[in-house]
Amino acid sequence: MNIPAGLKYTKDHEWIRVEGNEAFVGITDFAQKELGDIVFIEVDTVDEELDAEETFGTIEAVKTVSDLFMPVSGTVLEFNESLEDAPETVNKDPYGKGWIVKIKLSDPAQLDRLLDTDAYKALVEA
Amino acid sequence: MKQTALNRMHHEMGGKMVEFAGFEMPVQFEGINIEHETVRNALGVFDVSHMGEFWVEGPKAFELVQRITSNDVASLYDGKVQYSCFPNGEGGIVDDLLVYRFNAEKYLLVVNAANIDKDWNWVVKHNIHNAQISNASDSTSQLAIQGPKALEAMQSLTTTPITNMKYYTFKIVEFAGVKDVLLSTTGYTGSGGCEIYFKNEDAEKIYQAVLQAGADFGIKPIGLAARDTLRLEMGFCLYGNDINDSTSPIEAGLGWITKFTDGNDFIDRPFLEKQKAEGTSRQLKAFEMIDKGIPRQHYEVFNENDEVIGEVTSGTMSPMLKKGIGMAYINKPFTNLGTQIFIKVRDKKLAAEIVKLPFYKG
Repeated sequence: MNIPAGLKYTKDHEWIRVEGNEAFVGITDFAQKELGDIVFIEVDTVDEELDAEETFGTIEAVKTVSDLFMPVSGTVLEFNESLEDAPETVNKDPYGKGWIVKIKLSDPAQLDRLLDTDAYKALVEA
Repeated sequence: MKQTALNRMHHEMGGKMVEFAGFEMPVQFEGINIEHETVRNALGVFDVSHMGEFWVEGPKAFELVQRITSNDVASLYDGKVQYSCFPNGEGGIVDDLLVYRFNAEKYLLVVNAANIDKDWNWVVKHNIHNAQISNASDSTSQLAIQGPKALEAMQSLTTTPITNMKYYTFKIVEFAGVKDVLLSTTGYTGSGGCEIYFKNEDAEKIYQAVLQAGADFGIKPIGLAARDTLRLEMGFCLYGNDINDSTSPIEAGLGWITKFTDGNDFIDRPFLEKQKAEGTSRQLKAFEMIDKGIPRQHYEVFNENDEVIGEVTSGTMSPMLKKGIGMAYINKPFTNLGTQIFIKVRDKKLAAEIVKLPFYKG
């Protein structure tokens, strides 16, 4: 299971990579494996300010639909539009080219509530 | 949870196991899209041993099968298979099934796993003339070997010619060294191939031989998830989704297996014949998404005036067409080909169009 160091994770199997006041958000390797082939990602919350755990979009595998949740409060700055034509990128490179949204953090202190690499590893390997 | 005779092999081969119809079954091996494409382009093997098998034999066998199934059993000949359904006496469907005719006094009925008990009770209840019936579901294994290369690849396992067999026929063959294997040119994928039936104790031996015989042709094990997308691309009905105890075969587009021929006095015939003549208020229709989105079971269907006109019964992203496809019961008069409809996907109403089946033409 690929769980890179230096990221923060949620119990909903999302990751967040902070760069200054902004951050990239995606789903974990574990999540993409559980979902299977991802065929559609929809985000229509760009420019909206959302609370932590609010839904910012949906991700659809062939057989299932799942909501995508904000790991922390923030404003959705950008949706990774390359996923519109190639949603399978999330399966192939979940932590890299498969990032889903870029957000602006409202309250960076909330990051402390998220799981670190070891805690997330413990969660998925439990 | 029940297991098929191939349970251990599915675990060994990395199958992702889920509960389905009371059985622990592989939903996926390598990935749904690759499995789907493998069946469309080469061949794949499915364990479908969860399906039910009932034997009906003796001088009263024909009478029973003719009475309880909607298709015309009199049109069968030895070695012929027929798709049919059990009308439920109230205008709905108990189950859909295959009928195999061995001879005039011996038939095999193959039914859905989820309905084995319900179907068996139904057959027993209507067996008023005492045909000999037996439920062989627990001792029978079944593999579906599907794809354009399936028959060619499986020919190496039997000396009986199978590559020239007509669609929906069967033979009893020696297969992979096992005697009395039933091989039929049937399936639920639209890509050709066969289904084979044999005893549980031969399951591992036959499964391994099938994998080996198919190796040079690119065979892969296929899970239930791809089985569903394959059948939906063809518009084949799935019991529990598209048909059930409250849908009639006429409104489900199964008029072609509901035969009002002389002497076919099946359950619900008068009702269904009337329904066919007068028409139904709704019909099961196929649609393709125009807007980007994926329809799912139970999503509502709207017309352009924002009125609810139906409900989706099956939907998916088509792995071959790369667009959303589905089936829905739609009220008249919105059922014509080319009619624009709207599918409510979460909070949006997305445009779709009624189309002809199959979705995928190969």
